[in-house]
Amino acid sequence: MESVKSNPQAPAKPSVSKASKSNKPKEKISRTWPLHLMLLPAAIVTLIFAYVPMGGLVMAFQDFKPYEGVWNSPFVGLEHFRFMFEYPDSKQVIINTLVIAGLKIVFGLLVPFTFAILLNEIRLILFKRVVQTLVYLPHFISWVILGAILTDMLGSEGIVNNSLRALGMDPIFWLGDGNWFRFTVVVSDIWQNFGFNTIVFLAALAGVNPSLYEAAEVDGANRWKQTLHITMPAMIPITVVVATLSIGNILNAGFDQIFNLYNPLVYEKGDIIDTFVYRTAILNGQFSFGTAVGMFKSVVGLVLIVISYRLAARFAGYRIF
Amino acid sequence: MYYKTGGYRVFSIFNYTLLTLICISCVLPLIHILAVSFSGSAPANSNLVGLLPIDFNVEAYAKTLNNSNFHQALTMGVYRTLLGTLVSMLLIVLASYALSKDSHGFRSRSIYTWYFLFTMLFSGGIVPSYMLVRNLDLMNSIWALVLPAAVNVFNMVLMMNFFRAVPKELEEASLIDGAGHFRTLWSVYLPISMPALATISLFTMVFHWNSWFDGLLYITDYKKYPLSTFLQTVIVQQDFNKINPDVNELKNISQRTVKAAQIFIGTLPILLVYPFLQKYFVKGIILGAVKE
Repeated sequence: MESVKSNPQAPAKPSVSKASKSNKPKEKISRTWPLHLMLLPAAIVTLIFAYVPMGGLVMAFQDFKPYEGVWNSPFVGLEHFRFMFEYPDSKQVIINTLVIAGLKIVFGLLVPFTFAILLNEIRLILFKRVVQTLVYLPHFISWVILGAILTDMLGSEGIVNNSLRALGMDPIFWLGDGNWFRFTVVVSDIWQNFGFNTIVFLAALAGVNPSLYEAAEVDGANRWKQTLHITMPAMIPITVVVATLSIGNILNAGFDQIFNLYNPLVYEKGDIIDTFVYRTAILNGQFSFGTAVGMFKSVVGLVLIVISYRLAARFAGYRIF
Repeated sequence: MYYKTGGYRVFSIFNYTLLTLICISCVLPLIHILAVSFSGSAPANSNLVGLLPIDFNVEAYAKTLNNSNFHQALTMGVYRTLLGTLVSMLLIVLASYALSKDSHGFRSRSIYTWYFLFTMLFSGGIVPSYMLVRNLDLMNSIWALVLPAAVNVFNMVLMMNFFRAVPKELEEASLIDGAGHFRTLWSVYLPISMPALATISLFTMVFHWNSWFDGLLYITDYKKYPLSTFLQTVIVQQDFNKINPDVNELKNISQRTVKAAQIFIGTLPILLVYPFLQKYFVKGIILGAVKE
């Protein structure tokens, strides 16, 4: 096995094994330099556009002035982080982010789980295919488009409120009232992504051995019992994985979506970390404070991802790397 | 059989109805917008249009396509999508070929892998990225939209997994025949990886076509806005100051039918590639989720 993998261009090279470690040839730069060369462009682009900005996080500890640059701006220590936890607006923004992202995570798991079970009960293959094609579609449409459509449909004179009026109900300020805004954001996010998130559950169900159902049938289990004792247990491992991994998203409330739906009326309940950072830093020029808030989000995200990956590896035997 | 029982039949009827309603809800918004875009402006402005056009006409599309601002944005959107996909694919294909070699022939592999993967876990955030682009003098340049997004690590992992599935014997045969790594990639790996290349190119194209925020951040000259950013500014933010239209154009832009037509043209490319995309992304997701 080992000898198959060794490079045939080097016939003198002995087969590599643990026993003959002493005559293991050194990795020759002449053989691997093309590989390094191939990685070079991507490595340089990553260095400039991913690692240099990480270094730029030093701005969070400075009183950054654009005309003085990162090198000359004075250091202020943890001042911006202290301010973040004392300033009512930024505290509210963190709470909003947790609430919206938390609701999205919970329902973003429950809805695809249920939908996969329902879809699994469809026996007309053509119908099943059509359903899958249609429910995956919204995932690929950008929030600029969806935001424009939703703003139009949910406005006070839009098609939704006109239908409510026709049914004799009061119109609802979907995007103008804080609580309704949260509701709209969570529901529309689930609507956009539930189909796509069903894919992994369907994959788990495709792996269930049909003879399990046959055996249950013979034993007199009805379909509900079969669902409860065969279908659902088959989906538990992947559910655990998806649930643990989504913990890393607890501060990701969906910038694209909120930014394209919100307005000053709902800042109190709908403003999230990312939109707040954009407004304070880019629009108002408070670069250091914005960097600090953004850094808080990145660091918490990193810690949670590392923890949840470990949990997923331990409890579900799932490894990404 | 279970599906012949009365209870299950009742459930089936309920289930088919529910799933049909859910499917309708997924396409309804698009159909509504399509209907508005083909309607006369009077019924559209008084919100009479539901799912079918009233007073069918194509005036809104004629106005949209005659709008020079929309034209510029459309051209810019297409340009950015093509250039972005080209650059991104070039970087990703080269890097993922190298990463697909196993680590005992190429020992620095794991260092490179972590180097790229770490950027998926942690980032500097938008403020330092914005300052960087400003300091590099890339503001208002197409490269500000192309380069920061060029190395998509998720796509790189997908491509690497496709390359790993290529039988080792092919590579060995090629190396024995005296070809180097570049030649092997070009003449052996690429021709048999066409489905993977097509999939990842489509993903990248959809990403670039849909991206709007980088345009808002890095482009200050509205004439260089790509289509998504243009639509975000004109339709979502309704910020006409940046666009500076003349009076006639302003009247057109704010018309409901014209807005709907612009939205629909913005979605059209996605709808066109969607059937091809759908063929592959299910495989891609499962491959990404269940690796050995």
